[in-house]
Amino acid sequence: MLDPLVLFFALGFIARLAKSDLRLPESLYEALSIYLLLAIGLKGGVEIARQSAGNLLPEVGTILLMGALLPLPAFAILRAIGKFSRADAGSIAGHYGSVSVVTFAVGVAYLNERKVAFEAYMPLFVAILEIPGIVVGILLAKSDSWRSVEWGELLREVLLGKSIVLLLGGLAIGWLAGAEALKPIEPFYTTLFKGVLSLFLLEMGLVAASRISEVRKSGLFLVLFATLIPLTYGVVGALVGHWLGLSLGGVTLLAILAASASYIAAPTAMRIAVPKANPGLSIGAALGVTFPFNIIVGVPIYFWMAETLARR
Amino acid sequence: MSTHARKLLVVITEGALERSLVKDIRVFGALGYTIHDVRGAGRHGERPGDWEADRSIEIKVICEQAVADRLAAHILQSYSEDYSLSLYLADVSVFRKDKY
Repeated sequence: MLDPLVLFFALGFIARLAKSDLRLPESLYEALSIYLLLAIGLKGGVEIARQSAGNLLPEVGTILLMGALLPLPAFAILRAIGKFSRADAGSIAGHYGSVSVVTFAVGVAYLNERKVAFEAYMPLFVAILEIPGIVVGILLAKSDSWRSVEWGELLREVLLGKSIVLLLGGLAIGWLAGAEALKPIEPFYTTLFKGVLSLFLLEMGLVAASRISEVRKSGLFLVLFATLIPLTYGVVGALVGHWLGLSLGGVTLLAILAASASYIAAPTAMRIAVPKANPGLSIGAALGVTFPFNIIVGVPIYFWMAETLARR
Repeated sequence: MSTHARKLLVVITEGALERSLVKDIRVFGALGYTIHDVRGAGRHGERPGDWEADRSIEIKVICEQAVADRLAAHILQSYSEDYSLSLYLADVSVFRKDKY
């Protein structure tokens, strides 16, 4: 049975390849992404209200460390085997160290479909994982000239970017208001979630297909990189989740997060901090290859990884 | 109605530069600017403007000749090597000279 979400993505992808004039209005796209980020954040916040904050600290620390380390092997491979410049390798590695919220959302929908429970505070990890990979990627790209980076400006750009503000904002609202007070608005953020995600994936299909020419130009190595790195990082995420004692769904989502590559926060930050890096390469790989790979075949594979670990 | 000669400096570039450019415009003494989202193509290839992390903008600045010259020189020197950038100047006539 094919997942309708994947079919929506495929429709957008094929429409763009066939040069259809289909285009989602920019304001609709903006509204959909605001909705998705808030919905994900709110749900996590309600759950955090039920936990004592101290319980989450060791997990948060481990996840931060994982996010900071993930760009390193990617950077080494891109430099040694791909022969990429320091700027390009650091920028691409930063994209793969950071995460994709939409891939996470597809994972959540996948688990909900199968009635697999997961730690509802997982959205906190999405927000946490977004930043360290980008910072380490920039450090790698500029390892000969750290001083030239305007860190204040850059952190402002990343921390006040839409995704962090809405995810953390949603988490805070959910946490402060609690489940009871949120009841009246909850249906809006839960029943519509999958429908909104389907429209968003239609748009993602259009955008991913428009990156194909860049992917073609970048060569076979980058395509292999953009499929093998997610699989490898997925294993890392699953092992870390298993080690942290997360549930089957939690392990799956952490594997998805580790495997996903950022294509919103990272490109913006890299374009400012590492102007020498070619954005065609990193966005082409993250959006044109890794994103479709993850939502079509990756998510079931990461679920299978989590199941295999759970049986041990 | 009498008019006054000013320069219109138009910068078409990547959305990522918006914040820096707005700062430059202020620093170099221009009094205002207008920004549009745009799409198009050039020597750097097509910029379809279909992705939020990869948008293109057009910034228009009306100012005095000296300001336009200094600002244009600064923009070319700072950004033209690494970013998609189009830049041109045009003569315009304004009605209220204190505004520009």
